[in-house]
Amino acid sequence: MAFVSSPDRAVPNVTSAKIVVAGGFGVGKTTLVGTVSEIPPVNTEAWMTQASKTVDPLNGSEAKTTTTVAMDFGRISLARDLILYLFGTPGQPRFWPMWDDLCRGASAAVVLVDTRRLDVSFPAVNYFENDSDVPFVVAVNLFDGRQTHPLDQVRDALGLADTVPLVTVDARDRRSCVQSLLASLNNTVEKTSQVATR
Amino acid sequence: MTANPWVRPYVLTGGRTRTRHHLYVHTLVSVDHYDPTAALRLSPEARRLYERASFGAQSVAELSAHCGVSLGVTRVLLEDLAAADHVLINEDTYASPYDHRLLKRVIDGLREFA
Repeated sequence: MAFVSSPDRAVPNVTSAKIVVAGGFGVGKTTLVGTVSEIPPVNTEAWMTQASKTVDPLNGSEAKTTTTVAMDFGRISLARDLILYLFGTPGQPRFWPMWDDLCRGASAAVVLVDTRRLDVSFPAVNYFENDSDVPFVVAVNLFDGRQTHPLDQVRDALGLADTVPLVTVDARDRRSCVQSLLASLNNTVEKTSQVATR
Repeated sequence: MTANPWVRPYVLTGGRTRTRHHLYVHTLVSVDHYDPTAALRLSPEARRLYERASFGAQSVAELSAHCGVSLGVTRVLLEDLAAADHVLINEDTYASPYDHRLLKRVIDGLREFA
């Protein structure tokens, strides 16, 4: 982007990178983003109205009172000149046109799944398998800190290729979230090592 | 999301829906020299974006969310502000988001953060 017209100007040389956090509705994307973000997750989250309760069923996660209706994101300043942004994708299918926009320029993606409702994350897995070039990992969100299904069963149920890393994460735990982000970045390094800039 | 619900987005952008350059949601925008006189001549939405960007380098998405200006409108207005030399749109340091130098820096930074 060649916007800077006067080269003598002191251009702040800050670099930004982006990881997309995807998954179905109510799998914990906003929680994960909020857990690692240094700023309160900036979002356009609106209170779910009575009307949308029939549209967005939440079996097994009844306590959820809000839902992400647009993008939400967090920020981690990794160095004075390096900022990592996390973008949670809008969960409901009606916001899908935003996905391409959010994924453009992303370094990696984490698809969150909830083993109680695997089906809500099928479209997200499908999207990254077929419609996006962004390398992705799948992270099983351990809602009670417990793993209820062996990972190979989850992989089978998702129909996930062996080449896609499958990890577990506790979206409420910062260290755990960072590990899943690292897994996604290491996956990108691996998947792009043939075409890497040297 | 637009703060004033009575003003339609196409009024704010003069009917434009896309920008000449693609601004990612995480593209950083900053202000080198804030000019209060110039700010007064801007539309309320553009002025909010200009003022907010003067606080320090921020992403397009942050500016949009904090100023209550929808993402699409924010992109068009930021391009106008850049064309008028009010804001700087940081050029990407790396040509690709998969550049291993960038990935390594982010990985190292996250390890330290954890």
